[in-house]
Amino acid sequence: MGVDRVRDEHKLKARLRSVIDGAATGLAILATVLVVAPLVAIFVYLVYKGASSLNLDFFTKVPKPVGESGGGMANAIVGSALLLGVGSLLGIPVGIGGGIYLAEFGRGTKLANAVRFTADVLNGVPSIVMGIAIYALIVVPQGHFSAFSGGVALGIMMIPTVTRTTEEMLLMVPNAVREAALALGVPNWRSVLSITVKTASPGIITGCMLAFARVAGETAPLIFTALGNTFWSVNLNREIAALPLQIYVYALSPYDDWHRLAWAGALVLIILIVLAVSLVRYVTSRGVLKGAS
Amino acid sequence: MGVGIEVTNLNAWYGTNHTLQDINLNIPANHATALIGPSGCGKSTFVRCLNRMHETNPIARVTGTVRIGDLDIYNDCKPVEIRRRVGMVFQRPNPFPTMSIYDNVAAGLKLNGYSNHHVLDEIVERSLKNSALWDEVKDDLKKKSGASLSGGQQQRLCIARALAVDPEVLLMDEPASALDPVSTSKIEDLIFQLKSQYTIVIVTHNMQQAARVAEKTGFFLNGRMVEFDSTHKIFTNPSDKRTEDYITGRFG
Repeated sequence: MGVDRVRDEHKLKARLRSVIDGAATGLAILATVLVVAPLVAIFVYLVYKGASSLNLDFFTKVPKPVGESGGGMANAIVGSALLLGVGSLLGIPVGIGGGIYLAEFGRGTKLANAVRFTADVLNGVPSIVMGIAIYALIVVPQGHFSAFSGGVALGIMMIPTVTRTTEEMLLMVPNAVREAALALGVPNWRSVLSITVKTASPGIITGCMLAFARVAGETAPLIFTALGNTFWSVNLNREIAALPLQIYVYALSPYDDWHRLAWAGALVLIILIVLAVSLVRYVTSRGVLKGAS
Repeated sequence: MGVGIEVTNLNAWYGTNHTLQDINLNIPANHATALIGPSGCGKSTFVRCLNRMHETNPIARVTGTVRIGDLDIYNDCKPVEIRRRVGMVFQRPNPFPTMSIYDNVAAGLKLNGYSNHHVLDEIVERSLKNSALWDEVKDDLKKKSGASLSGGQQQRLCIARALAVDPEVLLMDEPASALDPVSTSKIEDLIFQLKSQYTIVIVTHNMQQAARVAEKTGFFLNGRMVEFDSTHKIFTNPSDKRTEDYITGRFG
């Protein structure tokens, strides 16, 4: 009798467990859908609104003056690429360097704690404030708006993300790997650069891509720095067009023609970000060996 | 060729924990020496003092003299130099996960600036042959990651990596404790072959293993070295009551 009761209870619990299991799986799937849904919705809407305005002119022409139809965003696409190039050249090396310091050399020191705290605060600074700060630091002393100042604003915005992910990824590298290198008589700096950073590099690259994608869509820091430009320019010392700025201006205009171009610009911006991130992923995954973890 | 190791009044601390107390010991060249003792007795700390890995822990401290060959390792040279002459194999296999098998073996040389491909090829092949791994990996040298091998193969890869820099001493910290019996016996065969060319110090929990591979055995207990003698004497007729209790399984 007693054994039967225990068995019945087991059956009951097993049924309960499978119900809970099903519910948990269902919730996880629901959460996944909720994560993906906004992206898909935005993308579908952008295609619906913007795809019809996409043509060769969009990629080869500069904007037309008010009243004339047609024109494109070639200068804004190139401008965005330049701004992001300058930003990445500044933000990625400084960010990775900071992360390496936090994880490998400054562990537990006061300076490291201060750097970590600063990075976290910097991450929370509104992007418009970043634009104003660079305006005061670079644009005002130079006396003119410039692509360079816009790139600097984007680069500084990238630093905290890159630094913190680099640190996290380096801390995930097992200590045994560091010890293996040191025990071979490899100097510490060499071990950090050639072994630890290399082992953590997939995660570090993800961090850089996150930072890149985030600032690629920023408008606010560019308003006071790159300013925008309706003409063709690749001069780092002059004001320059950028996709987000162009979208902003066109979206606020009263013309239907410009609204359509703004939608197309947003679509192109998203596609270019996806392409850039995929390209980096492809290039960096080519050298990976069989069974590498 | 291997060189002897002379340890005089060695003391080591982790923070306030006095993990090694007044160790005096002469390890003979070109022989295998086993260190046995219960967990936490300080034998791992001891081997880490022989290549100055102990001090990589920021709270660690060490006093005393260690002479390897004619070099006083705590006064005459930098840690980096001594670690090139004293190889180490750890308890858990720790190949570099992003590197190929070839690069794992060549790592010690490449990271110290060697780049002659012919010489590297030769050294990699010789090291892998010495660690009895060559036949199993020779077709995938540059294709597979070191992490793709089995645990036993990874440990032999780590031995090859240590041998590639041509050390005089090889420290092994429980090299077979994470491995199955077949891999363990391969590692033991290897130690047998290697000890004619290198001075080997092996930490082990497995007393049969000590008896099989080592000429000399030291027994550690609570941070002190209780007894150091020929392996035969330690296992058949130890001088100290505590050694006898340990090897007959009364504690530890």
